[in-house]
Amino acid sequence: MTSLAYTRTRRSVGEQAVRYGLFAAAAVSILTTVLIVLSLLRETIAFFGDVPVGDFLFGTKWTPLLAGDQQSFGVIPLLTGTLYLTAIGLVVAIPLGLLAAIYLSEYAPRRVRKVVKPVLELLAGVPTIVFGYFALVFFTPEVLRGVFGVEVNQFNALSAGVILGLLVLPTIASVAEDALSAVPASLREGAFGLGASKLQVSLRVVFPAALSGVVAALILGASRAVGETVIILVAGGQVARLGLDPTVGYQSMAAFIAATSRGDIPTGSIKYETIFVVGMALFVMTLALNSLSIRLVNRYRQVYE
Amino acid sequence: MSRSGDDPLPDKLTSRPGADPKTPSEGRRFEPSHAPAGNGAIAAAEPIFDVEDVSVFYGEHRAVRDISMRIHRNEITALIGPSGCGKSTFIRCLNRMNDLIPTARVEGRVVYHEEDLYDDRIDPVQVRKRIGMVFQKPNPFPKSIYDNIAFGPRVIGMKGDMDEIVESALRRAALWDETKDRLKTNAFGMSGGQQQRLCIARALATEPDVLLMDEPCSALDPISTGRIEDLMMELKENYSIVIVTHNMQQAARVSDMTAFFTVELDDAAKHRTGHVVEYDVTDKIFTNPEDKRTEDYVTGKFG
Amino acid sequence: MTGAQIAARARTRTSVLPRPSTGSRIADLAFRLVMYLSIAVGFIGLGAILFDVARDGLPRLSMDFLTNFPSRIIPERSGIQSALVGTLYLMLICAVLVVPLGVATAVYLEEYADRRKWFNRLIEVNIQNLAAVPSVVYGILGLAFIVRGPLSMGRVLLAGGITLSLLVLPVVIIVAREAIRAVPPSIREGSLALGATQWQTIWKQVLPGSIAGIATGVILALSRAIGETAPLLIIGAAVSPRFNPSGLFDSFTALPIQIFSWTTDADREFVSAAAGAILVLMVLLVLMNSIAIFLRNRYEQKW
Repeated sequence: MTSLAYTRTRRSVGEQAVRYGLFAAAAVSILTTVLIVLSLLRETIAFFGDVPVGDFLFGTKWTPLLAGDQQSFGVIPLLTGTLYLTAIGLVVAIPLGLLAAIYLSEYAPRRVRKVVKPVLELLAGVPTIVFGYFALVFFTPEVLRGVFGVEVNQFNALSAGVILGLLVLPTIASVAEDALSAVPASLREGAFGLGASKLQVSLRVVFPAALSGVVAALILGASRAVGETVIILVAGGQVARLGLDPTVGYQSMAAFIAATSRGDIPTGSIKYETIFVVGMALFVMTLALNSLSIRLVNRYRQVYE
Repeated sequence: MSRSGDDPLPDKLTSRPGADPKTPSEGRRFEPSHAPAGNGAIAAAEPIFDVEDVSVFYGEHRAVRDISMRIHRNEITALIGPSGCGKSTFIRCLNRMNDLIPTARVEGRVVYHEEDLYDDRIDPVQVRKRIGMVFQKPNPFPKSIYDNIAFGPRVIGMKGDMDEIVESALRRAALWDETKDRLKTNAFGMSGGQQQRLCIARALATEPDVLLMDEPCSALDPISTGRIEDLMMELKENYSIVIVTHNMQQAARVSDMTAFFTVELDDAAKHRTGHVVEYDVTDKIFTNPEDKRTEDYVTGKFG
Repeated sequence: MTGAQIAARARTRTSVLPRPSTGSRIADLAFRLVMYLSIAVGFIGLGAILFDVARDGLPRLSMDFLTNFPSRIIPERSGIQSALVGTLYLMLICAVLVVPLGVATAVYLEEYADRRKWFNRLIEVNIQNLAAVPSVVYGILGLAFIVRGPLSMGRVLLAGGITLSLLVLPVVIIVAREAIRAVPPSIREGSLALGATQWQTIWKQVLPGSIAGIATGVILALSRAIGETAPLLIIGAAVSPRFNPSGLFDSFTALPIQIFSWTTDADREFVSAAAGAILVLMVLLVLMNSIAIFLRNRYEQKW
């Protein structure tokens, strides 16, 4: 009988090679993050060589494309623009999304679920440019000005914000619905057994039990809204301004990045650097939001699985 | 780990049958206490496995301890005992399947054909080509019957006509007549008993000399169980079989040697560690066991 | 109370069960109404989008629209050939890059990686984070490293393809992992117990068993990739080019870019062309999703 010892066959060498190859593939994902951070960091540091950090963080005028005295690098307008548009979007998406989630999880009969869930998934699959088109070409002229008779500019926060909410609605609805469905049936049965109505069970038993997952859904939605570019680029205009007037346009951080990089900006110029420093700010914001959301999701999954 | 002092323990013996079983000592090796009447096989029994002081750890927890026994060639050796005593853990030592669990660690030696299976130089893939395994729940591949059987020979690079290899394996598992007209149909369409016999045929196709069976009948109905037991009796002419079973009657029916496992709690009652109480000719285990614990189990007082 | 009194009271009561108070009935009804409304908004939103796009775009759909190149001056004669071709090329490049990388990473994480090692946990967390990074940031990555910087390819097709691949790679990895995880451990055990190596088990059992799930996931990831606008804007896709890319290192455009360009053009006559292009893009996406669903229903392995 031949020995059972290891022999250096072509196959065993192949096995080792496969192992290293697969690890190398997995390392590409690490490489991606490293490159993202490097590219952002390098230009951000260069930027702060020319512009004082304080001016950037606390300045209230963002006009990097103007020349001479008019040029200003205060990021606050971009920040407030982003947050304002996100807020409008969330005002639309959160109540509608949560209600849809509760309906799908607690009330909807199977036949209805079979129809509604695919529709939500369809909505989630619509490319953002389509939403942008819809906001500019239809929502602003025909709904806002037409149906509601509101005096808005062609580019306005209301249109961009509401459509942004429509974009984010399916995300919030499906993640929240996952969280609500994960609540074990025994909790509901116990409450029903005590004589509670469906409304009470849904709102006072199931919803609080799924709270961390629901909050994760909201944060995920917010993160998507913050990072969204095209809707705001198309329907929100290109002027970075302070203020809370919903009838005029605002520029978000992501929209600024997209708008600026379309021009032929020389590498290493200060305008080039603005793309990265704003990108860095955006990256940090969404990273924080996403990490928080992921941690909450893992927490509620652990509890129930 | 202390043991109670009143266990009657056979001595660590050489391969001479009939040695005095009454001297207690640590690290005992089990040998039959006497040759059974009319069956010269024990005296001439060749070993297929020499298990020496094997313990299995999952992390810090010792799941089985100090197992030493000699398993004989061309016999059916049954491992019995209540749940959780480490029988499955132990049988998986015999074909290096415990390697698949990252936290598992095996100490001791398992000598097979003069090589310690746990030596650093030994390739577990080679081990599993010679020592086959059938699992508790039948696990056919989602392929045709033919491809299920052919998978093993193909991956280990067996030479020969595949059609013949497949037919031979199916015949040895008493499955040929039932399947010869539908070799290309999906194995998932078979009944549970047939699937398990398919898994046996699949294991036999690579021409191992040992077949390990981890509760092969516990998911099957009594008729299928009976067919597999008959099959085992046929197979033992050419293969050595080790079977873990919860079914005492099954062990008494088919096996030549039986090892009885039990479990101890450690002092803090946090860890359960399994070990072999008694290992002997099946007849003796079931009619006149040495250890009271064995007697209690086989007479149904517990377990 | 006496027994007679209780019996009398029971007879006069019209119902034993307590009725919900009117207050709670109203609340329940109001809540239901609000819920139905919120679902309706989703439907209405989707419906309005489709209606608007169809209204403006359907008249534009014609063979000419598909085969013409975009014109900067004559909206009526603008077509999407360069955009459609660009999108299809991008999809191809993505598929070629993303499938091997994504599946390899998923196989590594599910079959080889020891979760106790810190770098493996880091890889997992990193992928989760990358999946949620906004697409603009991937665009910046492409601009800094691929279009300019070390690779300095310029604003070419391959740069767009690589950027989109990096964008959807985390999605493919996550989906492939789920598909691989769905293959039961008993299949792997069965294969290994026959003497197959780990890679043989993966290549011949695990991957074939998960291929349907992987394919579905890849198609969905690709449909996400071809709907992306922002990264391509930043990479510098061409505006209304009157040619198809002649190779990997030529300028290019894609449907989302063309739609964006026509939507934001000062000449509002281009709006209908944008709507037409949107319809083509949506048809493409519906086609891809249908194929994905078909593959899943037809080929998904039921264990």
